[in-house]
Amino acid sequence: MTAASNVGSREGRVEGLPASLSGGLAVAEAMRQTNPDVVACYPITPSTIIVERFSEMCAAAEVDTEFVPVESEHSALSACVGAAAAGVRAQTVTSSQGLAYMWEVLYTASGLRLPIVLHSANRTLSAPINIHCDHSDTMGARDSGWVQLYAENPQEAYDNALLSVRIAEHPEVRLPVLHSQDGYTVTHSVERVDLLPDDAARRFVGVYEPQESLLDLSNPITVGPLLSPTYALDLRLQMVEAMRRALDVIDRVGSEFSELTGRSRGLVESYRLDDADYALVLLGSTSGTARVAVDDLRSSGVKAGLLKVRCYRPFPGRQMAEALKGKAAVAVLDRAQSLGAPSNPLFSDVCVALYSHAVHVPLASYTYGLGGRDTTPGQLAEIFADLEQTAQSGGSGTPRYVGALSVPSAR
Amino acid sequence: MTRDLSSKDRFPGASTGTGVDDMAAGAIIRERTSVGRETGGWRVQRPVVDMAKCTHCMICWVFCPDSAILVKDGRFVGFDLTYCKGCGICREECPARCIDMLNEASCVIDTVGPEL
Repeated sequence: MTAASNVGSREGRVEGLPASLSGGLAVAEAMRQTNPDVVACYPITPSTIIVERFSEMCAAAEVDTEFVPVESEHSALSACVGAAAAGVRAQTVTSSQGLAYMWEVLYTASGLRLPIVLHSANRTLSAPINIHCDHSDTMGARDSGWVQLYAENPQEAYDNALLSVRIAEHPEVRLPVLHSQDGYTVTHSVERVDLLPDDAARRFVGVYEPQESLLDLSNPITVGPLLSPTYALDLRLQMVEAMRRALDVIDRVGSEFSELTGRSRGLVESYRLDDADYALVLLGSTSGTARVAVDDLRSSGVKAGLLKVRCYRPFPGRQMAEALKGKAAVAVLDRAQSLGAPSNPLFSDVCVALYSHAVHVPLASYTYGLGGRDTTPGQLAEIFADLEQTAQSGGSGTPRYVGALSVPSAR
Repeated sequence: MTRDLSSKDRFPGASTGTGVDDMAAGAIIRERTSVGRETGGWRVQRPVVDMAKCTHCMICWVFCPDSAILVKDGRFVGFDLTYCKGCGICREECPARCIDMLNEASCVIDTVGPEL
């Protein structure tokens, strides 16, 4: 069977190979199966586990990867840009300050339409220095033109690592993809992960067939030229179009993956949402905690539900509006802030999406888990209790803070 | 060049007219590379060499940012005026001090090739 890129094998359900893996090691397995041509990395906690494991695979010749240990994350992504422009599959791994250090290169990668995959472990941004999880790092990159996926657990992190390559390299998309998992909570927690057999994973991911490359000497190109103001907007419109098509591509590739594995991997994932009165909207591992809270509340007669957002960029506005329509009240939980903004990032996007689709649901904004603060099912149950109030009084964008030890008083 | 630009699908769904669809994604330029951009036209000063003093050390070739130093059989033979921008780095770096920069407008510009 030829591995035609982005056609998909449509081979039906494949038996998974169960393994006990942390999210970090699971992503390293996926990287091995995608067999990138170039991986350029700089280690940073808690993503280092991925880099270390993958570098062992390189040393053991389990992959054909050119592993480039660079001097900084800025160099790491720059090396990936060069490699991708030369027509090869390039990937990198980072977190937090490392992602921030790559910031200017993120825009280069997306502007040049290079299908780089970045495997990220969410860790809060300094200062103060903190190695634990929140979403401030990837939220800082949300405007950069990268597709963004979030994983709840090691299984989903593994799945997203494979999906990311298909999405990035898809001829209708050709945008870099950042997929992340919560640092420590997912990267370092061991769970059962069903791996695809190597040959099935390779058939699913396919072979990268670049439309052009710097190494194609019979068709020379110039990459990264100056572009005048006359055309600048039009180039950006191409990227808007690519993001719009990405919604459909992610959906289709997700369906194909579902047929292969039996796991649903679309733009969003609902849990007991259809008949729910009250719902939480979440990214990442706290979705798992929310399932527990939802089940507890359901057993005591509260119609609670969950909408987990898998794909944050492009933002699945239509799916969001359809899923939340008719709910009595919805709480959007952000594990990041936008200091000085009317509300948090995810809340703001949900709000705009509902507004754009004329869906009127009272919304409440919550900030949780900053800097790795743990969030319990009990705290989520309190949010559901608050939603009964929100349903009466109407929504507000002003964030409330889950588990704040003290709230600064107005002076 | 082997590419047929008119038929190549530059962008999925591309039209052949002007506009957004017609621009290559990522603003990649396919028509020509830097070889097709003759930066010699930018010059306001032109290097000339006193061949009696030239030791063929190749330092000018090492430093030239435009690969505009012409070399044959290990010897300096001239400047590639199609691309030489007249930056003067060769004059600055030449250990034999045999390169001078002349005002471009006062040079006779009817040759493209080695300047001896």
